[in-house]
Amino acid sequence: MTVRILRRALIALALCFMLAPLVAGAVDDPSEMLPDPAQEQRAEAIGSQLRCLVCQNESIEDSSADLARDLRHVVREHVAKGESNRQVMDWMVDRYGNFIRLRPPLTAGTLLLWLMPVLALLVGVAVALRAFRRPRTTSSPPPLTDAERARLDDLTRPR
Amino acid sequence: MSGNTSPSSPTRRRLLMATPLVLAGATGVAFWRMLSGMTHGSFDPHDIHAPVLDRAVPDFNLPDQAPSQGFGAADLRALKTPVLVNYFASWCIPCVAEMPTLNALKAQVPIWGIAYKDKPEHAMGFVQRAGNPYARIAADRDGLAAIDWGVSGVPETFLIGPGGIIRWHTAAPITEELIRTTILPLVDRLKQ
Repeated sequence: MTVRILRRALIALALCFMLAPLVAGAVDDPSEMLPDPAQEQRAEAIGSQLRCLVCQNESIEDSSADLARDLRHVVREHVAKGESNRQVMDWMVDRYGNFIRLRPPLTAGTLLLWLMPVLALLVGVAVALRAFRRPRTTSSPPPLTDAERARLDDLTRPR
Repeated sequence: MSGNTSPSSPTRRRLLMATPLVLAGATGVAFWRMLSGMTHGSFDPHDIHAPVLDRAVPDFNLPDQAPSQGFGAADLRALKTPVLVNYFASWCIPCVAEMPTLNALKAQVPIWGIAYKDKPEHAMGFVQRAGNPYARIAADRDGLAAIDWGVSGVPETFLIGPGGIIRWHTAAPITEELIRTTILPLVDRLKQ
């Protein structure tokens, strides 16, 4: 009797562990997820690019803030309606501005941000090229004067 | 060593030496301006630059929140004089703090409240305890209308001009200073 209960408890526990990775994806509550796995995956991809406006450095998929949950729900509604990623993103930007995008778009204000890796690489290459091209041997010192030569002879003469 | 390079070499070397210094100086000035802006309130890195400004209010229609009558986008678009729309909640501490200020302001500009994600009885109790600064109160129970307004939390306040155009917005509690320096001058301008 007790053995059977124990075994059932163990099976239940094992099931919990097996199912955990499915649930632990991003959302707090599995009932939030879309039934279609492909759509759910898209919704998660969109959500991971949207800033939670409460915690600001987290995406709405990672945040457990109330507003993030609402926005996740809205994203899933739009995805279920068959909207493209672009359409959902535009809907969000229309309400919260570019601030909601974790990946900022290329605008005049973000130009330097986006070009910085290229600029850094170019500067690095330029510095390296200069260093490599510079002649390694420095120009030879001026020849010894007579006095110096005499002193050298004097010093190296065997005694 | 330097004798066989071009004669401009010393100037060039001085320029090379100065470049990092100038860059470091410029960065320092930029950081100093950011920090002083943060202390004076003119720069806020957390600010969400609301795209709703100078747009018509979003489509919405919200039910009544006792003790007042609810409203929708049509009511705001039919306005001829400015109105302040204030998102609040009974569970929000800064909202409690701004109530006396709103009460002092309501004689100069009507304030319409929207209760955000609040239980009707809690919102009613809150408003009555605070002395009700609102001419009308609507209830946004699931918080979905707030998303269309671009609201990220409570309190948030919008100044609506004639025709239902959003003219000003803040995600901070209303203070006497804000009223004096920003809200009332804007209201006067919108009334003309």
